[in-house]
Amino acid sequence: MALSAIFLMIFLIIHLAINFLSVFSPGLFNEASHFMGTNPLIQFGLQPVLLVGVLFHFIMGFVLEIKNKKARSTAYVKNNGAANSSWVSRNMIWSGAAILAFLALHFYDFWAPEINIKYFKGDMSGLLNPADVNSDFRYYQELVHKFADPVRVIAYVVAFVFLALHLLHGFASAFQSMGVSSIRKKQIQMGAKIYSIVLPLGFIFIAVYHYFNH
Amino acid sequence: MNLTLKIWRQKDSKTKGQMVDYKVTDISEHMSFLEMMDVLNEQLFAQGEEPVAFDHDCREGICGMCSMYINGEAHGPDRGITTCQLHMRMFNDGDTITIEPFRAAAFPVIKDLVVDRSAFDRIQQAGGYISVNTSGNTQDANSIPISKHAADEAMDAATCIGCGACVASCKNSSAMLFVGAKVSQYALLPQGQVEAADRVKNMVAQMDLEGFGNCTNTGACEVECPKGISLENIARMNRELLKASI
Repeated sequence: MALSAIFLMIFLIIHLAINFLSVFSPGLFNEASHFMGTNPLIQFGLQPVLLVGVLFHFIMGFVLEIKNKKARSTAYVKNNGAANSSWVSRNMIWSGAAILAFLALHFYDFWAPEINIKYFKGDMSGLLNPADVNSDFRYYQELVHKFADPVRVIAYVVAFVFLALHLLHGFASAFQSMGVSSIRKKQIQMGAKIYSIVLPLGFIFIAVYHYFNH
Repeated sequence: MNLTLKIWRQKDSKTKGQMVDYKVTDISEHMSFLEMMDVLNEQLFAQGEEPVAFDHDCREGICGMCSMYINGEAHGPDRGITTCQLHMRMFNDGDTITIEPFRAAAFPVIKDLVVDRSAFDRIQQAGGYISVNTSGNTQDANSIPISKHAADEAMDAATCIGCGACVASCKNSSAMLFVGAKVSQYALLPQGQVEAADRVKNMVAQMDLEGFGNCTNTGACEVECPKGISLENIARMNRELLKASI
């Protein structure tokens, strides 16, 4: 769990960095998207690893939850969990389930159409009009089109709030599970706060920016 | 003070239990929680009813026997204490107090508030020791130099009394704080190095076999531990396990 979590946290930084290009330079965003979408090493090397990482993290999360539930067959009549632990740490399964639901929408929005265009229709050009070589890349247009829908923007914002909650506990927890010494506890907790607030806020900004600017 | 007690009553491990309400009166705020339970039991005994079974031994916070889950917390609403060190001044006149046994599949209820914590003994037997040749040629432990820092940390880990509050408090019924402490007290000392790899692997395997849950780092165990055992011991156990596995 911890290893896949750290891997996914690194991936999210790369994802945010590329998405941010859409705010500053549509051209750069198109170039980066085309590179990521057509480079064989990324498509056939890193993409499968990422998919396995995502699947592994979710499946293990649910398996662990079931095993942990089994470890207490009779529940307490009165349990004051708030007295000794944070709400986010006790509800990782729910924030995780919300993120999983969001991923289904995200895959439907971006990943599934990409796979369809490239590998089923055989269009690897990345162009708006594949018949015209002078046509622009389609990636920025697709992004802007998706974030024109206010319901979708709200769904993305809510999902990233859940991601922030998940990361608020998950970031430091991953390092603790990897055996990182508590000598670095303060730095890790500080890193957790910065990462789990700044990163989802970045994704939220991008969605809201495109909604209001197009 | 006058109190209403909601106590888990269970005849034996095979019978289904239930919460039963009792009233106790004229409880002094200077009493310990166990003394209040003694008052209740005297009252029940005088009425010809079965007294409430609960574990206790030293009544000075060392034995770790008094396993009660009081108002939703292991050992009640105070920090760094066992139930025998919990005083009635922590409650108010007229309060209703819920008292349950520690809950975990690996800690089955024997009767009322008494649970079977022998799973901890089996984990200890799996590797929580060092093998010493006692033929008469044993090296004096004091002749082996140990840094003050390592000695202090090992001693901190060794203060774990195996009460099970960590398991009871953890939403996953994980025993990792206990096992982490028992692994750490040897891992930090030169005497523990020889069997370090086998120790951590065998103790963790036994912990899993007993049916304890997995640690998700909520930190509830550390907060409720009467001896202040740190989460660092879990991180150290994870490091030891990683080192032993590769």
